[in-house]
Amino acid sequence: MSKLIVSVIGPVSSVQDGGRHGAQRYGLAPSGAMDRLALAAANALVGNASLAAAIEIGPFGASFAARDGAVRVGLAGAARKADISGRAIPWDCSMTLSEGETLNLGFARSGSFSYLAIDGGIAGEPIFGSLAVNSRAGLGSPYPRPLQAGDELNAIAPATGIAERRIELPVSGELPIRVVLGPQDDEFSKDSIELFLQSEWKVSATSDRMGYRLEGPVIGHLHGHNIVSDGTVNGSIQVPGNGAPIVLMPDRGTTGGYPKLATVISADLGRIAQFQPGKVFRFKAVSMAEAQGEALKFMKLMGTLPDRLRTIENLHLNIEALGDANVAGAAVSAVDAATWHSSPSADAPARQGEIT
Amino acid sequence: MATTLSRPRILPSGDSAITVEFSSKIDDAANQRVLALDRAMAKDHVAGVTETVPTYRSLLVHYDPALIDFDRLGQRLIELAELPLVPTTNKRRWRIPVVYGGEHGMDLEDVAKVINTTPEDIVARHVRGEYRVAMIGFTPGWSYLSGLEQSLHMPRRQNPRLLTPAGTISIGGVQTGVQCLAGPSGWHLLGQTAVRTYQLHRQPTFLLEPGDEVTFSAVDAKTYAEQDRAAQAGELVAELIVS
Repeated sequence: MSKLIVSVIGPVSSVQDGGRHGAQRYGLAPSGAMDRLALAAANALVGNASLAAAIEIGPFGASFAARDGAVRVGLAGAARKADISGRAIPWDCSMTLSEGETLNLGFARSGSFSYLAIDGGIAGEPIFGSLAVNSRAGLGSPYPRPLQAGDELNAIAPATGIAERRIELPVSGELPIRVVLGPQDDEFSKDSIELFLQSEWKVSATSDRMGYRLEGPVIGHLHGHNIVSDGTVNGSIQVPGNGAPIVLMPDRGTTGGYPKLATVISADLGRIAQFQPGKVFRFKAVSMAEAQGEALKFMKLMGTLPDRLRTIENLHLNIEALGDANVAGAAVSAVDAATWHSSPSADAPARQGEIT
Repeated sequence: MATTLSRPRILPSGDSAITVEFSSKIDDAANQRVLALDRAMAKDHVAGVTETVPTYRSLLVHYDPALIDFDRLGQRLIELAELPLVPTTNKRRWRIPVVYGGEHGMDLEDVAKVINTTPEDIVARHVRGEYRVAMIGFTPGWSYLSGLEQSLHMPRRQNPRLLTPAGTISIGGVQTGVQCLAGPSGWHLLGQTAVRTYQLHRQPTFLLEPGDEVTFSAVDAKTYAEQDRAAQAGELVAELIVS
């Protein structure tokens, strides 16, 4: 079967899918894509199941070579300059690499994570129903760790050879990140909650797949920062002793001992995951009814991505349009290579303030 | 007629999970109710519930808001939580072998000094305890046990260690724990077990369930080394005493 060989890859790049569910009660984090909508878009482009495993590519550049046949790929998520053996190609589209050709991807221009889906899916051995890499637990397939140069990703089925396609996704713009207060908002004063909701926040450079540490005002606690550990979810906003909130991400500890002021709504999880370090944003509290309404709308969007596919009629026109977009997006990424971790080091949980 | 139990707090954890909180403290009665609700959920199959995570004092219930909304699920959870506790029928008790002290438990002597006794006495106190898995969390297989005798209760270390060995048996606060993977910890390290509470490609992958009973037995370093090889090869090493 045809395969992709990883020629160049940066840190925090790994195989991810919809995640591993059902074992959080044993301390096993769900892992899975940081931006599910982008994962689903990449998969839709090549006709895969919505949450099939794909390559999640961190902020840095990457290259992949096709071997043993053609490989059709879908590219979505954080946009990048891309070419196939020197031929510029547009983003949010499917493309076919002929045997021996190389796909070159630049830095993420906006956002942090891009997704590369392989037509037919990535071959691997699911563990608890998932190929998603969780380095701390030594889980994931075909490699139980972030990707390295030389790794091989085999397609399950041959490329289908149908016309290439692009996908049009709604643009969310500069809207605030919406949260539902709780479960432990009663551990904070009204003033602390107001300060949290009224302030500008920045994603810290020490963020990773376990959690995004935020920079902004110090959020004080009412009764100290230790609570008896209880369960966490993707998007839990816990506030450790130093008052700097942490938004928990898919590789989080399944339980945590710091009060959780609020939770990011599921429709906005992928949006905050895409924020680059230094990105300034605000939170907005919404009602449970609104959050659940948005969750249903988001699920509907995920389920109707195939309706947003368009056949690429004229590749050259698209590339010219992309060239224009590149001018606007040419600013150097604010991401600092030294602060993104390719594999969780022994002190990773300590950085997240999660010493048990 | 059986009286209903006190009402837990139904707390939102975003749009797809509810925290059912029975207490804000580490409280054995609350933990019993958490585990009872967890069993009831397993039996009842409430539509839309995808996963439950029991902890000392609360049950986290993940659900699909397309199938059930916050208010309806919250109401259902309160009904189930207020039902009288049913004693469990299948109680599992494990005996877990531990090599105490030395390089395997580097805080044993310090713990003995703190409470003015000998390391041997600390081991005797730890081994005579009857514990229950109150929760598993943080990292895969990290099992938090309730039932630590009061003389061994002590605050966590001022400076947590960034790396403690796989298989560490430790005490912290009012708890003792079985740690599976190497990782950070602020607890006091008493010993080490060859038992893997989590091991891929072994049946079962996770040895302990919340609610299981646990006792410890002291073994020497040579036995530990043998057991470690056996565990590496996929043996459970832990002994199932009652099932």
